[in-house]
Amino acid sequence: MKVRPPVVPAFTGPVFAFMLSVAGIAVGVVAFAADAQAQAIKIGSFLSVTGGASFLGDPEKKTLELEVEAINRQGGINGHKLDLVVYDDGGAADKAASFAKRLIESDQVDVLIGGSTTATTMAAIPLAEKAGIPFVSLAGAVVIVDPVKHWVFKTPHTDRLAAEKIFEDLRKRGLTKLGLISEDAGFGKSGHDQSLIVAKAFGIEIVADEVYSPRDPDTTAQLTKIRNTPGVAALFNFGFGQGPAVVTRNVRQLGITIPFYQSHGVASKEFIKLVGEAGEGIRLLGSALAVAEQLPAADPQRPVVLAFQRAYADAYQAEASTFAGYARDALYMVAEAAGRAGGADKAKVRDQLELTKGFIGTTGIFTMSPADHMGLSPASFHLIEIRNGNWKLMD
Amino acid sequence: MSCSGRGQAAAIVGRRHAGEVALALVLAAVPLALPNAYAYDIAINALFSATVCVGLNLLIGYAGQISLGHAAFFGLGAYASGILTTRYGWPPLGALVVGAVGVGGLSWLVALPVLRLKGHFLAMATLGIGIIVSIVLNTESWLTGGSDGLMVGDFTLFGHTLTGDRGWYCVAAGLLLVTVWGSRNLISSPVGRALRALHGCEVAAEVAGINTARYKVMVFVLSAVLAAIVGSLFVHYAGMITPSKTGFMRSIELVTMVVFGGMASIHGAVIGAVILTVLPHLLTQFEDYETMILGAIMVGTMIFMPRGLLVTLAGWRWRGRAS
Repeated sequence: MKVRPPVVPAFTGPVFAFMLSVAGIAVGVVAFAADAQAQAIKIGSFLSVTGGASFLGDPEKKTLELEVEAINRQGGINGHKLDLVVYDDGGAADKAASFAKRLIESDQVDVLIGGSTTATTMAAIPLAEKAGIPFVSLAGAVVIVDPVKHWVFKTPHTDRLAAEKIFEDLRKRGLTKLGLISEDAGFGKSGHDQSLIVAKAFGIEIVADEVYSPRDPDTTAQLTKIRNTPGVAALFNFGFGQGPAVVTRNVRQLGITIPFYQSHGVASKEFIKLVGEAGEGIRLLGSALAVAEQLPAADPQRPVVLAFQRAYADAYQAEASTFAGYARDALYMVAEAAGRAGGADKAKVRDQLELTKGFIGTTGIFTMSPADHMGLSPASFHLIEIRNGNWKLMD
Repeated sequence: MSCSGRGQAAAIVGRRHAGEVALALVLAAVPLALPNAYAYDIAINALFSATVCVGLNLLIGYAGQISLGHAAFFGLGAYASGILTTRYGWPPLGALVVGAVGVGGLSWLVALPVLRLKGHFLAMATLGIGIIVSIVLNTESWLTGGSDGLMVGDFTLFGHTLTGDRGWYCVAAGLLLVTVWGSRNLISSPVGRALRALHGCEVAAEVAGINTARYKVMVFVLSAVLAAIVGSLFVHYAGMITPSKTGFMRSIELVTMVVFGGMASIHGAVIGAVILTVLPHLLTQFEDYETMILGAIMVGTMIFMPRGLLVTLAGWRWRGRAS
């Protein structure tokens, strides 16, 4: 038997070795590239600036950049400037984990803010816990802070809180038989599960339970099923992005007239624009930011949200969404905690975050505790209704 | 064996495996240049991708078939490991084997009828499988965790837990070396010659007595199983898996890595995977322009080096020597 020389020439070996070495060195160089700035407090952030969740990540990134600049212009925190590093995870959890690792290990940031979605947040939690670094998430689901994780906090309302607030209103109006339609993934899925859990406590019976996929162009089949369910007295849609707009249009097309509720996932002016006339009369949840102008003068949140709205509008010629508010609250909460801690010491900042008390944010008034790393009560949600293409404060 | 002396045989073996020796040396040296866990993370991801690509390259470069579902096979392996270990308490190795066997069976069932046909029907079939797998992983959240993904524990074997970046680097590097070495032997064997023959001209290969369908099925199943094994290991390394890692775009990425590095070149597949894994991280400092620059680099490479990076570079060197 003859041994034949291989067809692919063996001399690719050295070329190959050289290129691999270059790649290896490149990895090393990029890791060294960002050197720590002396004295500055480094804030690392990974957000879904592009991709399906960009309506969350994009305003969040803009907000962080805007507010970090504002804080630095005023001399920083006790003389420490803030240094912001933002990466775009494109909504992919594995990328989020990789960027979180990069922020912790290579950029050596002192605090993590981010995770626009629950999936990207959950991907980074084990890393933050292992590294021992304060991490403030901007995502909604209750699993982020329940059970409580030592280093992890979050600023948005949880989906459980949203369900409770809606059910409270249903009970007040005597509507006990609810038709639920929710997204089968992410935010909507988690909201759906929480709704089922808390319904009993409010005496609400979920008589119809339908789901749709985030990209479904039509939900009339599911809605027809709900309409034909005997006794159904109200409709509740849990989801965000395009889905709720499709549901809303379909509801009007089918002539469904029972009271219709949406979650806080749609509390942006974009939603009103998307659904137009079909949105009239919908009740939903929003933070103070959505109804800033209508807040009573005595409301402690009023000056905070108005100032933020103005700053954001001046910088970007756009309205600050609820999601922008999440990032703003996270940044200032961290800034205040770092101020009280007297620097960027990770353990001290974490302890101070947990001691946050009566912090007035755009989303609500936060009071953290060792058992509660979100710190919002149902009162921080405002029940609003769409009237004449605008929000109307109902409580 | 009719070789005249040990020296000559050793020279031939040495030459054939020069690439592997170089690869082993580089893999051993790279950790010296890795400053922290983040750099290790990129390196480990690159090595895992490279292993999948070496398998995929056997199919694309040698059997002349394209699979648009390799991320799905990777994902099935990953989810098999994830689900069996977390929900049913299986040992990780057992889950890995079951995942690999399951994917092997599935790919065999798909390939058997499809690869009897000539042309690129396999691409269509695997495209379909990839999309079906992706939908199932996204929607059956009671089992898979849906789009939020699945959290998975460490890889333990006989009471030892594989942890730490160094440990995982060694495993990923070892797996890649074994895969490259095995592929090299396969290509140099009669099977490899049969594969190259059928890639060159399927009719001629059949006339020469090669059961082309059988070989194509074999290579396809082999590369799918390899993807599943890497998936199983990856899920324990990353500690989590989401459907986005198993979707259609990821399959395209894998094919791109193979084509970028150079088809029908084992080391080309490795280079392609390494570069396309590392490059996005290098380009993040360009922020909004990173996707554009990455695109330009890829388009440029394909225009000026249509046979792929490594194959073209090696060709230039060859020409330089000849003149």
